[in-house]
Amino acid sequence: MKKKNRAGILKRIFKLLFSFYPRLLPVMIVLILVNAIISAIPSVFQQNIIATIENARNTNLPWEEVKGTVYYFVGILIALYITSILANIAFHQLSAVITQGFLAKLRNLMFNHMQTLPIRYFDTNKHGDIMSHYTNDIDSMRQMVSQSFPQLLISLVTVTTILSIMMYYSIWMGLVIIFGATLSIFVTRKVGGLSARYFVRQQKTTGLTEGFIEELIHGQKVVKVFNHEEEAQIDFDKVNEQLCHDSKMANRYSNILMPILNNIGYLIYVAVAVAGGIFIQKGVPNFSISGLPFSIAVVVPFLGMSRQFAGSINQVSPQINSIVMGLAGAERIFELLDEEEETDEGYVELVNAKYVDGEIVESDIQTGFWAWKHPHKAEGTITYTPLQGDVRMFDVDFAYTPDKVVLHNISLYAKPGQKVAFVGATGAGKTTITNLINRFYDIADGKIRYDGININKIKKASLRKSLGIVLQETVLFTGTVMDNIRYGKLEATDEECIAAAKLAGADEFIRTLPNGYQTLLDGDGSNLSQGQCQLLAIARAAVANPPVMILDEATSSIDTRTEQIVQEGMDALMKGRTVFVIAHRLSTVKNADVIIVLDHGHIIERGTHEELLEQKGEYYQLYTGAFELE
Amino acid sequence: MIRQLAKSIREYKKDSILTPIFVAFEVILEAIIPFVIAQLVNQIRVGAGIEVILNYGFILIGLALLSLLFGFLSGYVCATASTGFAKNLRHDIFEKVQGFSFANIDKFSAASLVTRLTTDVQNATMAFMMLIRTAIRAPMNLVFSFVMAYIMGGKMALIFLVVMPILVGGLYLIARKAMPLFRMGFPKYDALNESVEENVKGMRVVKSFVREEYEMEKFDKASDDIRVIFEKAEKILAFNGPLMQMCLNVVMVFVLSVGSRTIITTQGQALDIGQFSTLLTYSFQILSSLMMLSMIFVMLTFSYESAKRICEVLREESTIHSPDNPILEVKDGSIDFEDVSFKYSHLAEQPVLRGIDLHIQSGETIGIIGGTGSGKSSLVQLIPRLYDATNGKVRVGGVDVRDYDLEVLRDSVAMVLQKNVLFSGTIKENLRWGNKEASDEELKEACRLAGAEEFILQFPDQYDTYIEQGGTNVSGGQKQRLCIARALLKKPKILILDDSTSAVDTKTDALIRKAMREYIPETTKIIIAQRTSSVEDADRIIVMHNGEIDAIGTSAELLKTNKIYREVYLSQNKQGNELEEETLEMAGGLA
Repeated sequence: MKKKNRAGILKRIFKLLFSFYPRLLPVMIVLILVNAIISAIPSVFQQNIIATIENARNTNLPWEEVKGTVYYFVGILIALYITSILANIAFHQLSAVITQGFLAKLRNLMFNHMQTLPIRYFDTNKHGDIMSHYTNDIDSMRQMVSQSFPQLLISLVTVTTILSIMMYYSIWMGLVIIFGATLSIFVTRKVGGLSARYFVRQQKTTGLTEGFIEELIHGQKVVKVFNHEEEAQIDFDKVNEQLCHDSKMANRYSNILMPILNNIGYLIYVAVAVAGGIFIQKGVPNFSISGLPFSIAVVVPFLGMSRQFAGSINQVSPQINSIVMGLAGAERIFELLDEEEETDEGYVELVNAKYVDGEIVESDIQTGFWAWKHPHKAEGTITYTPLQGDVRMFDVDFAYTPDKVVLHNISLYAKPGQKVAFVGATGAGKTTITNLINRFYDIADGKIRYDGININKIKKASLRKSLGIVLQETVLFTGTVMDNIRYGKLEATDEECIAAAKLAGADEFIRTLPNGYQTLLDGDGSNLSQGQCQLLAIARAAVANPPVMILDEATSSIDTRTEQIVQEGMDALMKGRTVFVIAHRLSTVKNADVIIVLDHGHIIERGTHEELLEQKGEYYQLYTGAFELE
Repeated sequence: MIRQLAKSIREYKKDSILTPIFVAFEVILEAIIPFVIAQLVNQIRVGAGIEVILNYGFILIGLALLSLLFGFLSGYVCATASTGFAKNLRHDIFEKVQGFSFANIDKFSAASLVTRLTTDVQNATMAFMMLIRTAIRAPMNLVFSFVMAYIMGGKMALIFLVVMPILVGGLYLIARKAMPLFRMGFPKYDALNESVEENVKGMRVVKSFVREEYEMEKFDKASDDIRVIFEKAEKILAFNGPLMQMCLNVVMVFVLSVGSRTIITTQGQALDIGQFSTLLTYSFQILSSLMMLSMIFVMLTFSYESAKRICEVLREESTIHSPDNPILEVKDGSIDFEDVSFKYSHLAEQPVLRGIDLHIQSGETIGIIGGTGSGKSSLVQLIPRLYDATNGKVRVGGVDVRDYDLEVLRDSVAMVLQKNVLFSGTIKENLRWGNKEASDEELKEACRLAGAEEFILQFPDQYDTYIEQGGTNVSGGQKQRLCIARALLKKPKILILDDSTSAVDTKTDALIRKAMREYIPETTKIIIAQRTSSVEDADRIIVMHNGEIDAIGTSAELLKTNKIYREVYLSQNKQGNELEEETLEMAGGLA
């Protein structure tokens, strides 16, 4: 990380903190300042008491006469202490609120921003990397915000306060301490810097080791089948050794920093004592704000202050690691926050509508009848077209990266209620076409129209609401079965959800679950079979009831009986809708109104099952010999 | 438990013992230094000469250097000892897991083993570091400082006996209040992170259903729940600092008022000014040692759970071992099951396999078909002894599988698992899992047999193509073919394919089977499949149902006689009932 960059990140963290807590943060800073100053002052009164006693001893004053002065100072001390404790309590309570609040708000900020990112972000970043923003990066910031920043501020104030008091007494002696402090800071930077560097490295190797462990342990059964245990152990030991080395170095430097600083503190102490002794003996003229001459009364408080001074500087050193790591974490978090959002320049909306005197009018209540609301800026008018599910593509080209075009000249149309089946080998572009219809990706060239409207003009949310989707790999969310079905339409009643489940053929198995529709599912649906997950996904799409469906048939093997049920569910879902299906099943293809055979991003054949068989082309090959199921 | 974990110290024993010793010296010096400082202050006060000051200066410098030396040494060896301990602990757990049988792995689950190897080891290491360093330092510091305080202040030091219980009691109360909150918060925090993972994985679904805002609300709520818990916990914990400060201040006020009086009334005999300010230093040390002790206490309770979980792994005995005088050669690929029954756990009520009697000749091709949970995979897993039969005998090459050396047996019985994985590394590296010494030619041949060569040659780096973790950059069918090639490289006597071509197209599937028939005819081949087309041409097909063998026979025989097989066959091959008779006729004709 460059130095300038660091300053920039620091500034941004504070801006964020301030934007989250525009009132509390200043209060907090004031509290820290008050706290630091208050805790520096008592040493002055302690010195006063000591001086009083000393004076009393030298002049042999009886206790009764000194008592008043001593108790007076002690009284002030008690008052100061109480204020300080109260300020401290306030500060710590506030700190707990701000720290936890900051972390929560940052998490929410990240998550909310992440929801707005385009699919491309999720396709091009490893999920593990995205996740580590929420775990490692946030964790590394916690320490920095909750401890390092306040500690830094406290130390800074304490140091300044003590320095001012010292200057008040004697500038010469102050210089001695400043010299020592410089030395301490120098050592901290050197050793602490090394330590921080290794801690960052250790973090990296830890990640590598954990990745290795994750992979090997999850593949442990394969390891055993191949008698690969010894090799696995050797490979692991290598990674393990590296991790041990890096963390050893990191810990060494951080462990030795404190003893070094502590003892530098003692050396400063000796230096002050010796310098003070010499100054007094040689009668060196003092140079100070107070104008006091050199005397024991000046040197002794100095000794006390020098320890406090060293202590404050020492408190900073353990914070260096957490600051370096926190900044690194913050940098990665900001990278996520700076990712560009999915843009949406669409203005055509899907609205509830009804017919009034043969005209379509917008309706505030749910009518079950949807229409596209299309404002025309030039004329200042609004037109309504009913939602039908007519999708057409004209000469569409597409590339994930500009240099590699994956779809060429795709033209196709699907009238409302028609089924279009895509067939072709892995990488032929079947999935890519469906990604374009719901605008997960934007086309490079050509046109796609939905009910005659250019899909770029349609608001993405409206467009996607009008398209249902069942993916090959089923994704369910932690929650009840009912929640998962309702995901398709949040306002759906229980009855609607159950009806959808019945349509999908899921109702039967759901009723056999321990708590029926209220059964809690793990996120990965691990307590359901693959086929059952698919049935739920179908039910989820059914409850949304969109006019157009995109289906990606699963290839994975589920047992025949479940597969039949899934098939029936799919068929029921397809009825009466425009369907784009990435087909793997013969029956699906046979029932399609048009089959599109894709090869390397080109449409090479199209027609009905019978027509294509007659052509004796690629489809015939696929049908008779092999059905590439991937 | 501690003894179990201590076994992982090994070569770091020296460092582990030296650390507390160095720490002890460090603490002693740290206790002496303020004492010397007190002397010095007194000397300066009474106006001692430069020589005296210099003298004390030298002593102090010497002590500081010594303390520096020991501090340096203790920090140094502590780092070596604790990170070394962590390394050995990870090594030991990993080694233990390598020795685990499938049953052991099932018992723990992979995810839990990963946690034990990562988070739990980290916690245990932290505790170890505390034990050898801080846990020595804090009580020693406490005792020494108290002794010194007593030497300095005499009876005044007894104030600590009043303050200490207050501090300890307060700290205990705080910990007791805060800990349950943390215990409650951490799992919730983990759950939150899991929900993020779920969201990232399911982003296509989220966006398709336009549920971004719904997800945001859900997350914000969960996130805020966690904030509330942790805020509460930290607010309680935040009283630690002020409590400590209060105790310190009480001591200060006491020492200053009573001490002043003592000095003056005894004319400095019971207490002088130097000692007086040093007493304040010690009071700080005593109280901060107490603080540290309470921290150690909290940390140790937190890491106790982790240590327990690690020990569970270390103490687990593998359920499957090689026998003492193992047989080192597998004669042929014949397999016999004699009245075999099997349960995954002795707690299970119903066995997964019941009364299996089965004899397979060397070189036969056997197909297995049956619904989910019918026991297909369980049956074949007994052959390479991935699990042991609960009752009955499994023989390979005429010998009980329990009499073979495990490595020999598993080298002769290659199994392509249903849930298979490729590891990050090149295709070549992955293939060589089958046979380390395989030549490039052999690799190519295996890939040709498995129908993998065609697509490998299409990759720009061909056999050196890097496979990402989890094999994410190859398709499902490609992964399966690579896994088959990897198994073929073992040149096994028995090859088991557990639903290994489900994502491969039927044409390639047929080609693979044809190649195996032609090139490795003497190898016994067992193919589990969902598709009847994958087993149609097998010598015999076994139909499994509810843990029992429902029927054995050729495809044609089974079509006539077995209801299950016929149902499956018909549903996959022809549509509609009108075709059923036709098929039956055809099947009858074949028989």
